[in-house]
Amino acid sequence: MLTRPHPVLIGFACLVFFFLLAPLVIIIGASVSDTSFLTFPPQGLTLHWYENIFEVSAFKRTMVTSFILAVTGTSLSLIVGIPAAYALNRYRVQLPSFLSTVFVLPILVPEIVLGFSLMKTVTTAMGFPIFVSLVIGHALLVLPYCVRVVSAALSSFDFSIEEAAVSLGCPRWKAFFIIVLPNVRAGVIAAFILALITSINDVSISLFLTGPGISTLPIQLLAHMEQFFDPTIASVSVLLMLVTVGVMAVVELTLGLTFLTK
Amino acid sequence: MTFRQPGWLLVLPATLAVAMFLGIPVFDTFSTTFTDSTGFLSNYEKFFASRFRRAVLWRTTEIALITMIASLLIGFATAYVVSRAPKKLKSLLIIIAVFPLLTGVVVRSFAWLVILGKNGILNQILLSVGVIAEPLSMLYTEGAVIVAMVYLFVPLMILTIVGVLEGIPEDLLQASASLGATPFATFWQVVFPLAMPGLIVGAVLVFTGSFTSYATPQLLGGEQQMMMGTFLRQRAMVTFDWTGASTIAAIMTVVTIIIVLAMGRVARRLNPAAV
Repeated sequence: MLTRPHPVLIGFACLVFFFLLAPLVIIIGASVSDTSFLTFPPQGLTLHWYENIFEVSAFKRTMVTSFILAVTGTSLSLIVGIPAAYALNRYRVQLPSFLSTVFVLPILVPEIVLGFSLMKTVTTAMGFPIFVSLVIGHALLVLPYCVRVVSAALSSFDFSIEEAAVSLGCPRWKAFFIIVLPNVRAGVIAAFILALITSINDVSISLFLTGPGISTLPIQLLAHMEQFFDPTIASVSVLLMLVTVGVMAVVELTLGLTFLTK
Repeated sequence: MTFRQPGWLLVLPATLAVAMFLGIPVFDTFSTTFTDSTGFLSNYEKFFASRFRRAVLWRTTEIALITMIASLLIGFATAYVVSRAPKKLKSLLIIIAVFPLLTGVVVRSFAWLVILGKNGILNQILLSVGVIAEPLSMLYTEGAVIVAMVYLFVPLMILTIVGVLEGIPEDLLQASASLGATPFATFWQVVFPLAMPGLIVGAVLVFTGSFTSYATPQLLGGEQQMMMGTFLRQRAMVTFDWTGASTIAAIMTVVTIIIVLAMGRVARRLNPAAV
């Protein structure tokens, strides 16, 4: 039987959880306040600030950009990341060990440094269009998540099943799609979701890569906050939280959230 | 080993992508800092000669260290309680910890803008209780940045440490108790050493995360509390001093890599069984 922690410790933990949630509740409260400035507790009750999200064209536009960018970047990252993760597990003995660290590099280099460097090289020197640079930056940002999460799923996959298919005459590429991929489906979904969220929330990379006419939602939010202090920011934040809730529901249904502590 | 093996072909696209879009740009950033006409290291000499720049570097290190220590203490205590909770409650608590983690940095920093502002909730509460007569200016102070950063990183710390604590076999704790150890002794002599690798992983994540952060110092620290991230952005996009910005970028990267490697070494020494 587990020994119960000291009551003081339990009280402390309750306080911590209160502080984790309170700021988010405050944002929700501020988003329905019938005032032209941010305040809590809300005075009056209105959904005007939610309508305002869709009236401010910059929010509408950047929301679409952020979403397309996240899906494109994540998909690209998975397209190069899944084969890499597969090879790192399947041909582990034949590949030099430094290769697995290559895909951790985007973590070792601070995001803001990567964003700045990409702006200098890819946008300015090579003259890539802004959206292409953003896609490259976001794909790189999420590559470590993709490779590691898919790798983790593959590490418990029994490759002899694949060998069996191949020895029975199934072509190698077909064996990969009908045997390997369905078996690590959960890992691929998890990688996709984690990457999507990371990309949508990213500030440090987009900071340097957004340009005239093209911005992402977090960058637009930062810019808006520096000029205005109205509850629209709060309502956009609540909308983003709803997206998070949706994502968490998907994770819970497919993998179980305890997956995230592993 | 030949390059015709399928393994190579499969890792090639990802490796090329990292080499082209991470390797080359970052190498380029670093190399421009060494090409000053007055000397190989003169950009770094300039950086460290400036009182203002030294202050930014020192402030960033200080904030990152305080954030790391506070997150470790809060995260460990909370994770310990979570890991001992009954199964249902434990899943609920983990959900509560994951939620802020998946909510963006901008949204979470913004919340503290609402709390700590001149007309913010904290000032309202303090005024109505009568502790203060005039609203305090809490924004754009080091304290505001630290509070928001701790808020940012505590969930990450809780999840990392819960993961490690869950991995400690129940038998060990029972053995310790049945041999007469008090719960306190069991904690310090069994749980704590076994949790050490997790604590170090969490500490590295929090230190490097806060050392290189941008949105939080930008919103809550402003110009007054410039950190390396906000300073880099200011040099690059406001004054267009790309060499200066590159020097800041290089220093940030070197500090990050040193911390990651050093802590990895400490973790291995403390627990040789861990990879």
